[in-house]
Amino acid sequence: MTDSMSVAYDTLIPNNVGLSSDKRVLKALERWHPGYINWWNGMGPEGFQESLVYLRTAIGVDPKGWAKFDYVKMPEYRWGVLLAPQVEDRRIPCGEHVGEPAWQEVPGEYRAMLRRLIVIQGDTEPASVEQQRHLGKTAPSLYDMRNLFQVNVEEGRHLWAMVYLLHKYFGADGRDEADDLLRRQSGSEEAPRMLGAFNESTPDWLSFFMFTYFTDRDGKMQLESLAQSGFDPLSRTCRFMLTEEAHHMFVGETGVGRVIQRTCEAMKEAGIEDPYDIDRIRDLGVIDLPTIQKKLNLHYTLSLDLFGSEISTNAANAFNAGIKGRYQEVKIADDHRLTNATYPVVQVVDGKIIRTEVPALSAINMRLRDDYTNDAAGGVGRWNTIIEKTGIKFEMKLPHGGFHRQIGVFGAVKIDPDGNLLTEAEWQARKNEWLPTKADGDFIQSLMKPQWEPGKYAGWIAPPRVGIDNKPGDFEYVQLHMA
Amino acid sequence: MNQPVKQHLIDPEICIRCHTCEEACTVGAITHDSNNVVVDASKCNFCMDCIAPCPTGSIDNWRSVETPYSLEDQLSWGELPQQAEFGSIDDGAAAVDDIVAALLAEAHAGAGGAAKAPASAAKPSVNLFSTAKPAIATVQGNYRLTADTADSDVRHIILDLGSTAFPVLEGQTIGVIPPGNDAEGRPHKMRLYSISSPRDGERPNTNNLSLTVKREPHGVASNYICDLKKGDKVQLAGPYGSTFLLPDDAATPVIMICTGTGSAPFRGFTMRRQRTAATASGGMTLFFGARSPESLPYFGPLGKVPEKLLKKHFAFSRVAGQEKHYVQDQMRLEKAALADALTNPQTHIYVCGLKAMEAGVEQAFEDIARGAGLSWKSVRDAMRDSGRYHVETY
Repeated sequence: MTDSMSVAYDTLIPNNVGLSSDKRVLKALERWHPGYINWWNGMGPEGFQESLVYLRTAIGVDPKGWAKFDYVKMPEYRWGVLLAPQVEDRRIPCGEHVGEPAWQEVPGEYRAMLRRLIVIQGDTEPASVEQQRHLGKTAPSLYDMRNLFQVNVEEGRHLWAMVYLLHKYFGADGRDEADDLLRRQSGSEEAPRMLGAFNESTPDWLSFFMFTYFTDRDGKMQLESLAQSGFDPLSRTCRFMLTEEAHHMFVGETGVGRVIQRTCEAMKEAGIEDPYDIDRIRDLGVIDLPTIQKKLNLHYTLSLDLFGSEISTNAANAFNAGIKGRYQEVKIADDHRLTNATYPVVQVVDGKIIRTEVPALSAINMRLRDDYTNDAAGGVGRWNTIIEKTGIKFEMKLPHGGFHRQIGVFGAVKIDPDGNLLTEAEWQARKNEWLPTKADGDFIQSLMKPQWEPGKYAGWIAPPRVGIDNKPGDFEYVQLHMA
Repeated sequence: MNQPVKQHLIDPEICIRCHTCEEACTVGAITHDSNNVVVDASKCNFCMDCIAPCPTGSIDNWRSVETPYSLEDQLSWGELPQQAEFGSIDDGAAAVDDIVAALLAEAHAGAGGAAKAPASAAKPSVNLFSTAKPAIATVQGNYRLTADTADSDVRHIILDLGSTAFPVLEGQTIGVIPPGNDAEGRPHKMRLYSISSPRDGERPNTNNLSLTVKREPHGVASNYICDLKKGDKVQLAGPYGSTFLLPDDAATPVIMICTGTGSAPFRGFTMRRQRTAATASGGMTLFFGARSPESLPYFGPLGKVPEKLLKKHFAFSRVAGQEKHYVQDQMRLEKAALADALTNPQTHIYVCGLKAMEAGVEQAFEDIARGAGLSWKSVRDAMRDSGRYHVETY
């Protein structure tokens, strides 16, 4: 019996799925591998491929084996295929097959649907690496640079995870899809990434922190739903990815929190009480709180669009098929079929925003979006605790779910952050109060100067409270190698 | 005495509520509400499965408490309670093995902050062997250190490493893995002991080390060790610890304060100095407390160490016809010398023994410092931050 907890390094691709005895898939992955390395070298972090980065690598999927820290050059990172251990006698958790044994092979009737879900998930992983490839050059510290690269290599590994599923379970179609994942590029005219938010640029570090907090959190919710899949290999893949995804949430939440903290401290040191005294605050070399709120408004709402339409037949079909569950499906106490259940969905009726009960099966997206909003609100509350402790009077808020939306029922209307409907003229007149302007972006850009001395931090961001892997404050997280 | 227990807690100011720990916990000890993620002290079995998956480090917090904080307490917290400095985990390079790191951090907590190694200390090797991959030692000798009439049985155990490289420094700790399983069928947990020999062995250039172990009623490991016979094989892990070390610079004055088996590292310190710098020593001073001369480990051999190398101050708390005299009382008698030492920027101070001795020693230093117009807390913190104040209590 093979020990599925430990990772085999006897193949080019570290794995706990017995690749060495699955020659067909091993060969397919080995054929895909050079293209991946090419992609990483061409589209991955620019200018740091030779530097030694203090990264964690999984050497096992059990809690004790999966976070081993050491210096590694990123192109030599051991990207592997790692699935969470199989749960004995796992059952399909939802839909019309609820209670039947989970599928170990792709059920023929759902093949196309599954492939599509895996491809969409897979497409987001390399996209964010591409979006973030220029950030290393302006890293506010070696600590932050290391965290960026950790996020990047793990997004790369998530791509591997999806590519493995495509090769293993989808034959020739899967191989073509896997190749296309390397062909599309974020922001490309001819072959863009599949989802809108993944074609936006990540121009500065506040955008990066907001992206990891809000947009990666959409990824987390999608992975949570796919971890509930009746297709067991997908569920196991996503469960292991979630452990890594937590680090991305951490980078986002603490990154934004540290920016906020530094701003508040600088205001206190300079004796500025009014958070709207923007010019004076910017003169201190920190990002004023109202601008941080605007960035929050932007990234939160772009991320809401990723959940699709509130009412969705596709989502209903995926749930009913047992391919994709709800957030924490197994912890929900209901029939897991949603035969007679309803769920309140937002609608715009006669100039008013209301919630109406609709069949819960059709409101799967809405429910996941609500779960997302709850999850995202937690960190915003903790940012406010940071502000409160410094004595500054300001509160960060998630804007109304209808603000600045392109997709779903709010796509056709204009709404302010408090949820009031606006005319097009009112929106045009006031949108710069709520969303970052070019001038705001230019100001943030002006602060993006590298700080690469171990233990030092750029002036617009506070140091972290604890180091990675318990390292001391002046630890050299990246040993730079400058050509 | 109400023995404090170790409690595992999560720092709510650092935790991002990703609940990865909750997924990793195999005994259902971790739960959450809309505010916090918390650990049930009655369920946590210290398996450490939750430590590595935590992306923030918030999971790695420990407190010594007489009564564990309840779930309700923890759910209401906005930050960890006052004793926040208590048990910070920073043992430098040694923090690889989480269990040991937690235990060492707890042992070092009495220093009031993260410990640092002395500037001139040799670089220790750590984590060479583990419970999964132990070193095998052979018992070379097992001698009772306390008199037959004494109420405690303290033993000097010599372990021969044969051809196994197991490099240690004075002050480091090793793990002993008792054979067999506990009542629930799980392998016995490793126990930590300070080595009591110097780095080059009981005699110069022998590949062995010694332990100083007191037999505890019902103690699985201590009874196992105290009953070891010559030739028995013992499984060892470690070495551990990278801060409680002797400065190599022989000109530095060293003050050592201990009770009972807390004398173990100081035996190593003294022998090291004796072998390398007996004449050039900056001076060593030992404050040693026990119930009686009969129960004081190494009482005989200590008498033979010259005063010029080691000034010795004994305190006995249970001698018939005499008032109880504790180690802190002996310190107060030497307040002039100690006050001088506190102002010397070279002085290194080490405290080792039972947790119970901490408060008394701390109080004595406070009084001595105040008498000299100093603030103990700031002297201590400055000494600790420069690697000159070390506490290891258990």
